[in-house]
Amino acid sequence: MADALTTIRRAPRQYAQISRLWIRSSLSYRTSFAIMTISSMLLTFTDFVGLYLMLRLIGNLDGFELWEIALLYGASGIGIGVADLLIGSVEQIGRHIRMGTLDAMMVRPVPLLVQVCADQFALRRLGRITQAVVVFAYGAAHVDWTPSRLVVAALMVLGACGIFFALFVGFSCIQFWTHDASEFANAFTYGGNTMTQYPLSIFPGEVVKSLTFVVPVAFTNWYSCLYLIGRDDPFGLPAWFAYLPPFVAVVLIALAGLAWRTGVRRYTSTGS
Amino acid sequence: MVSTSSTEKLIDVRDLERTFVVRKRSGGLRRTTTEVRAVHDLSFGIEAGEMVGYIGPNGAGKSTTIKMLTGILVPTGGHLRVAGLEPSKHRTDLARRIGVVFGQRTTLWWDLPLRDSFDLLQKIYGIDPARYRENLEEYVALLDLHDLMDTPVRQLSLGQRMRGDITAALLHDPEVLYLDEPTIGLDVISKGRLREFLRALNQTRGTTILLTTHDLQDIEALCRRVIVIDHGTSVFDGTLPDLHVRGGSTRTLVVDLIDEGPPIEVAGATVRRLDGPRQWLSFPSDASAAPIVAAVASAYDVADLSIQEPDIEDVIRDLYLG
Repeated sequence: MADALTTIRRAPRQYAQISRLWIRSSLSYRTSFAIMTISSMLLTFTDFVGLYLMLRLIGNLDGFELWEIALLYGASGIGIGVADLLIGSVEQIGRHIRMGTLDAMMVRPVPLLVQVCADQFALRRLGRITQAVVVFAYGAAHVDWTPSRLVVAALMVLGACGIFFALFVGFSCIQFWTHDASEFANAFTYGGNTMTQYPLSIFPGEVVKSLTFVVPVAFTNWYSCLYLIGRDDPFGLPAWFAYLPPFVAVVLIALAGLAWRTGVRRYTSTGS
Repeated sequence: MVSTSSTEKLIDVRDLERTFVVRKRSGGLRRTTTEVRAVHDLSFGIEAGEMVGYIGPNGAGKSTTIKMLTGILVPTGGHLRVAGLEPSKHRTDLARRIGVVFGQRTTLWWDLPLRDSFDLLQKIYGIDPARYRENLEEYVALLDLHDLMDTPVRQLSLGQRMRGDITAALLHDPEVLYLDEPTIGLDVISKGRLREFLRALNQTRGTTILLTTHDLQDIEALCRRVIVIDHGTSVFDGTLPDLHVRGGSTRTLVVDLIDEGPPIEVAGATVRRLDGPRQWLSFPSDASAAPIVAAVASAYDVADLSIQEPDIEDVIRDLYLG
């Protein structure tokens, strides 16, 4: 137990050491770095421009105005952006297994998850986060802020990062069994993010239920944003759901950790 | 708390076993599972400072053994300790005390220059900065890496990469160095240099080295002790001369006579081949060549003589077959 705590305490520093190296190496090609960052920002921004144009045409989306959608879009975007920046590389686990680089990582004195996540750390992914923050700020400017709303907003952003973090790790673990399943993980991470860019009320109730209780991406923005905007949940779920994101995140992270451990144990016992 | 008893060897392997379950499709959706024993009843001990060759044909269980020794693979049975630690349970702790070089794949970061890879290793192993500079300087000089330090690993040739990998595996002063096929694909000069380096490492630093190889010259050049593994278990463990004796290997005296003649008859050697004036006589590898040479020279008109050392490859081939 004490060992596990030491491991966890050391992990952020080890992560920083590895990622710093990747940043340094990417900065050595400054122009290419700048182009990549800006293009990634523009690319994700066109997403939102698409939404904007659609709303101009139809006025609102199931009663939600542009600033409300900006809030939803921004919150979920920040969550997946931060998770993608910090641990998006975990998707590469299948490649590491195929190439044998996982073996190399296993004989180094740093936890495997830290090494896999910090590998190929790409600061250019900041483009996506910047874009999401700008959109979120636009929405937030229309919110009638109260102390409790500020708390909910903070919990939401924290929870969204944690939830996507867990989804990335958890679904990537499938690659310990089938080495080519990164697309499968994407369906839940990026796919989940895409769905939460819209007000969930446009989807059938069953879909929203599964986005709440099965793959709970609804907690990355939906319930908390309803609270920030001051709307009731169209599906009748209680308002205190707005406070849940960090707790959902903790549960998911624990499950993802369990999946990771099971995956690594499988690897070390099959030698695949 | 793990303690190393004084009697325990640095690497202690007893009745080690590793089975794999292999699934095969047997028509339609049905699958049959068979258990394959990659390693079984494997026992050996390696003392600190030894340099041991671990050889065997493809699929004999060499890599499986190395993977268990490093903690990458969990054994299915038996006893295994390296430096007093159970590798699969204490993999990250053990990592500080061992160095591993996989000949066919790099442990370096593909896209990063060597220098950056080494700097990162200093940080993640927590190597004392002064010690690190000292080691780096030494290995860079010995392995001639000066001009390559700013080259990304992917642009290095196989031999250059191997030297980089070996440096990377040694920066943290490991007690044990595992080398899996270190000379595979290298040219003759690179091989020679690498062997020179490994011998010096073992002598000056006392690093224990376990090396798997297909190249038996590696073994002849480096290892006093050889463990031969076949079908997952050790079939020979001893010195190189013992291996020759055990395999009944012979040395060959090649005699060029001035004129063609009948097969040479001397005590202690027999003619194995005859081609015009040239004859091949074989005699036991542990016997001295001097009396045989003297006997041949005094009884026949000899134009030239030469001695061929036994081919360890033949010896081992016999072992595998036996």
